[in-house]
Amino acid sequence: MKKTILNQVHRELGARMVEFGGWDMPVQYSGVIAEHMAVRSSAGLFDVSHMGEIEVTGPGAFAFLQYATINDLTPLVDGQVQYSAICYPDGGIVDDITLYRFHSEKFMLCVNAANREKDFAWLQDLANQHKGDYQLVYRGEDFAQLALQGPKAAAILSGLTPADLLSLQVYHFCESEVAGLDVLISRTGYTGEDGFELYCAPQDAESLWTSLMDQGTPQGLVPVGLGARDTLRLEKAYALYGHELSAEILPLEARLGWITKLDKPDFCGREALLKAKSAGIVRQLIGLRLTQPGVPREQYPVRANGVDVGVVTSGTMSPSLRQGIALALVDKAAVAGDVALTIVIRGRERSAEKVKLPFV
Amino acid sequence: MDFPEELKYTEEHEWVLVEGDLVSIGISDFAQDQLGDVVFVELPEVGDKVEVGKAFGVVESVKAVSDIYAPFSGEIIEVNAELPDAPEAVNNSPYEDGWMIRVKPDDLSDLDGLMDAAAYQAFIEEE
Repeated sequence: MKKTILNQVHRELGARMVEFGGWDMPVQYSGVIAEHMAVRSSAGLFDVSHMGEIEVTGPGAFAFLQYATINDLTPLVDGQVQYSAICYPDGGIVDDITLYRFHSEKFMLCVNAANREKDFAWLQDLANQHKGDYQLVYRGEDFAQLALQGPKAAAILSGLTPADLLSLQVYHFCESEVAGLDVLISRTGYTGEDGFELYCAPQDAESLWTSLMDQGTPQGLVPVGLGARDTLRLEKAYALYGHELSAEILPLEARLGWITKLDKPDFCGREALLKAKSAGIVRQLIGLRLTQPGVPREQYPVRANGVDVGVVTSGTMSPSLRQGIALALVDKAAVAGDVALTIVIRGRERSAEKVKLPFV
Repeated sequence: MDFPEELKYTEEHEWVLVEGDLVSIGISDFAQDQLGDVVFVELPEVGDKVEVGKAFGVVESVKAVSDIYAPFSGEIIEVNAELPDAPEAVNNSPYEDGWMIRVKPDDLSDLDGLMDAAAYQAFIEEE
């Protein structure tokens, strides 16, 4: 199992460790619910060094990424981040990513932990078919990444950096220093709260972690594990690869229509997605809230008027709502209008209602 | 972690407390710690039968679903009605507020094979 550079730090904090995407990661420190609520009310610090980085540089980098990813890079300015995805020719999803524009000839992709090698191999294949003046470099081993998230995140970070955080907008980044260390500060995250993702050299990670904890503890900062990372993202209905997104799911089915720029001249998967769109998208990712006690979980069947219409892709007991919530991939037509929706939990149907997303 | 001497324990991490001819059942401090924050408890109803070795209820934490097994057969006399609305009691008070059901066993000698606190502690250290 792979370990992040902070593995020993987590163990010393008494974290419970689990395997996630081939990595030995902290699932919780004090407890999932306490950590979740801390991020909603003050701030949490996450080790997300398992995420991967891929750099694309050179005069041909823009054109290559415009072809390899489904969002449109045209409106991006230097120092901007974009949420995007990589699709197969059949429209299925290779991965969802964040794309960083340093300047017109330098970009970085941040990819999911479990997909690091797969994504890089896929992009190399694509590069072999679309030769150009650019280089693809796997940078996964060159960065550690910490996520500082929550309403107090900016106040905590501002005490440690000369960077002007007030003018650093959401989905923008800058290269600066934090606690005297070289850090890429990105105003992004996966919790729905204000916050930052901080990229640094692996050898600086422990020092960065300690400085942030020392600075933030008086303001309620706590270390947060993958358990709360999952409940936080689910309350905000953010997709997680392997659950809402996969090679068998189209971005148009998974609420990613807003990043699928079908009017771009060409990108990998475009033809298939256009065809699927004109044929009519059959499945749709929806939000369900249990109106009876219970906890929806992945793969639980969803029924409309007693008939199976899909499955839960992610479910949990929402710590904020204290109610069962789920994202479910269902037959769009079957859940339209006035139907009685249920989630089947251990063989019994539990009433649910379709809700607007995000849940919180 | 706390393992009261007056209780008996099972390999599935339930505890039982014999009070006259009734026996209370819950899950151990070790079990609740392993589960993490308990968010849902599903229990049977008064009058239902529990059967030795069979699951009679479910405890769910944020991340996990876990069955609760009956270490003996009998009839349920009382159910902790507070628990569905306060599942966190399983974490905060596993041996008192977190009790689950009270059963009249068919045969009290079914309990003979259960572990005492010392044996249970040795058992979880081995696991």
